[in-house]
Amino acid sequence: MLYKNIYLILIISCVFGISFWIGFNVNLLPAEASINAPIYDELFKILFIIGLIIFIGMSIAVIYSLFKFKRKKDEIGDGIALEGNLSLEIIWTLIPSIIVLIIGIYSYNIYDRMGGMKELNHSHEMISSNTEKIWAGISQASNKDIANINLSVEVSAMQFAFLFNYPKGEFVSGELHVPVDQKVSMRMESKDVIHAFWVPEFRIKQDIIPGQPTILNFTPTKVGKYPIICAELCGPYHGGMRASIIVEEESDYKDWFNKNKKTEVNL
Amino acid sequence: MTISIDRQNENNKSLQPNGWLRYFSFSLDHKVIGIQYLVCGFLFYLIGGTLASAIRIELASPMSDFLPRDVYNQFLTLHGTIMIFLWIVPVVNGAFGNYLIPFYVGARDMAFPRLNAVAFWLIPPSGLMLIASYFVEGAAQSGWTAYPPLSITTPQSGQIIWIISVLLLGGSSIFGGINFIATIIKLRRPGLKLMQLPMYCWAMLGTSLLVVLSTPVLAGTLILLSFDIVAHTGFFNPVLGGNVVVYQHLFWFYSHPAVYIMVLPAFGLVSEILPVHSRKPLFGYTTMVFSIMGIVVLGLVVWAHHMFTSGTPPWMRLFFTIATSFIAVPTGIKFFNWVATLWGGKISVNSAMLFSCGFIINFVFGGITGVALAQVPFDIHVHDTYFVVAHFHYIVYGGTVFIIFSSIYHWFPKVTGKMLGEKLGILHFAITFIGFNLCFAPQHWLGLNGMPRRVAEYDPQFEFVNQISSIGALLMAISTIPFLVNIFLSVRNGKDSGDNPWNALTPEWLTSSPPPVENWEGDAPLVEEPYGYGDPFFDENKKI
Repeated sequence: MLYKNIYLILIISCVFGISFWIGFNVNLLPAEASINAPIYDELFKILFIIGLIIFIGMSIAVIYSLFKFKRKKDEIGDGIALEGNLSLEIIWTLIPSIIVLIIGIYSYNIYDRMGGMKELNHSHEMISSNTEKIWAGISQASNKDIANINLSVEVSAMQFAFLFNYPKGEFVSGELHVPVDQKVSMRMESKDVIHAFWVPEFRIKQDIIPGQPTILNFTPTKVGKYPIICAELCGPYHGGMRASIIVEEESDYKDWFNKNKKTEVNL
Repeated sequence: MTISIDRQNENNKSLQPNGWLRYFSFSLDHKVIGIQYLVCGFLFYLIGGTLASAIRIELASPMSDFLPRDVYNQFLTLHGTIMIFLWIVPVVNGAFGNYLIPFYVGARDMAFPRLNAVAFWLIPPSGLMLIASYFVEGAAQSGWTAYPPLSITTPQSGQIIWIISVLLLGGSSIFGGINFIATIIKLRRPGLKLMQLPMYCWAMLGTSLLVVLSTPVLAGTLILLSFDIVAHTGFFNPVLGGNVVVYQHLFWFYSHPAVYIMVLPAFGLVSEILPVHSRKPLFGYTTMVFSIMGIVVLGLVVWAHHMFTSGTPPWMRLFFTIATSFIAVPTGIKFFNWVATLWGGKISVNSAMLFSCGFIINFVFGGITGVALAQVPFDIHVHDTYFVVAHFHYIVYGGTVFIIFSSIYHWFPKVTGKMLGEKLGILHFAITFIGFNLCFAPQHWLGLNGMPRRVAEYDPQFEFVNQISSIGALLMAISTIPFLVNIFLSVRNGKDSGDNPWNALTPEWLTSSPPPVENWEGDAPLVEEPYGYGDPFFDENKKI
């Protein structure tokens, strides 16, 4: 009896140990290049570890049962006539409920840190200031944050390209250039069908909808060139609908901005 | 009332053809209709599988080089539509439901035999029409979700045929649902209480409620969409002031419950198979019933988790995150109960058992990624990527299709009176399990690292992992060969099974195999304990 419990504790601690080791050492995600990314990866790690514990535990239970309780050749008779066990069933209702509740609260916290909840503060104001209705994506800025936005870009999507309009410079670019460590706000609208703006390294995605502008804010943290991917089926060339986002130092960005501003100011 | 219906059926049945011809007739026998559903569904599964193979061949290389781009989109649309509406939904509901439910409630047929036959005979023409649309002007190419405005702007004839076909299949599904509810509630043998029914009846009751409540919403939505396409109305067309997000709400109000329409019957079937082959009562019958009903109720209020990136407001995102996460609780109860059913049994490790255990492992994995996807901040990165593709294939293939195969191994002797070969069955399981996991497990990584779904081309750094996935798909295609050979050999000269090869206690085994037209020679037996397995001298206080 005692040995049985020791084995059980050993197996459970092994499952936990392996899950934590894999959770902390196996990286399944691309580079982190925005403020959102490390927050996302923190959530991913927690969910990954909890998931591994449950998956490995359940798989061991099933495979162990198949070996341990396998009917031997020419063995007759039934298993034990066990029809249920109320306390066990209460345990495995309560524990998953608590886990799910904790995950829910934790992901709310993550979502809030990403700025997802801020929209509630001023969505009303948005509607009244503009006559058009704007739907928010994640990282919606609150009133306070609007002052901190260093760059606003208007994105228009069409089959099968993205165009980035820089209102301050009055020019349009096929590449999105942004300065590092500065908050960017994008107002996105589609010319034809639904598209989506996705930068895997930023861990952000927002659909771009015809007749329904959406807003997406983000702050890049790492200089580099990253793909912008359309994630919503938009037609035959959907797989080829790509653009690039170039995150650069502020001075480089200013050079690029001024160069374009000069040549295309009359557009 | 029961008696008069039975008399009526008796008269009708004498006019029905016998032998193999009856499978091609407008038969009113629930057993014949069940087999019609199963074989018809399997033929569509082979077509859908061929389309899937073409998709995986295209994706074995990063360039779009195997299929023309628009044909690729048609293939992925047809693949999704065929697998959902012509294979999984008709088979787990129509095939097994029709065959088993009248036995389980102790009736001689379904409540409405003619409606039942109509429900089946809607399927072959609408399926053929759907496939034929490929040869007209090209099939629908806006995905099985048919989001406007893409579905309004792509070639119209394919999209309209797709809508008509899905409407007919939805109608078939509603007829079936009404029939199941009426049969389970009204045609129970006198003395049989609801809480004595085999679990599959409860699963079908829950599923049919979902079908009846949510499918009409899909029908209404698709009718409005067809108006937008042919009559240029503006319900969902933004150019005319329509709203594309409203379509998504209406579509997912059906299509999320559709996931439960596909998995709840599988939950019921596995609850029948596990106790028989592990010689133990089903663990926690009452909690199983309540968890099915819990899933039905929660399943109706989670649809917007498919729309977290559609510009939904934050409160809506939070509500649907919490509702979706909580579905894990009743689902988890069921899985713990199944493992507890295995625990301490005398398990026959045969093909049916292996497919059921494969189902548990695959579905737990898919369920875990499902809870992760329910979290808004998590979903925003992986929405519409291969992570989602992998997740739902773990649910519908690793879950439901594994149970369909498990059920075929379990009930084949019932239907034919012949055993299926165990060696070929275990080979079938091994290739399917390895191929399935090889195909879909790597796709989680693809999605996390930046490969969107529904693309014909991708970045070169994903080539290796995509090729592993394609090899897995090849194995899945190969796995149907031992299965078909097994069926063929068994039908030609299989070992006689006797009436009850598994010594099962559920009512369908308490008659001859194959059963007579009226199901039982005499009165239907009253089965108060369908799971009354177990050593009667078992000492509850003795620890195991």
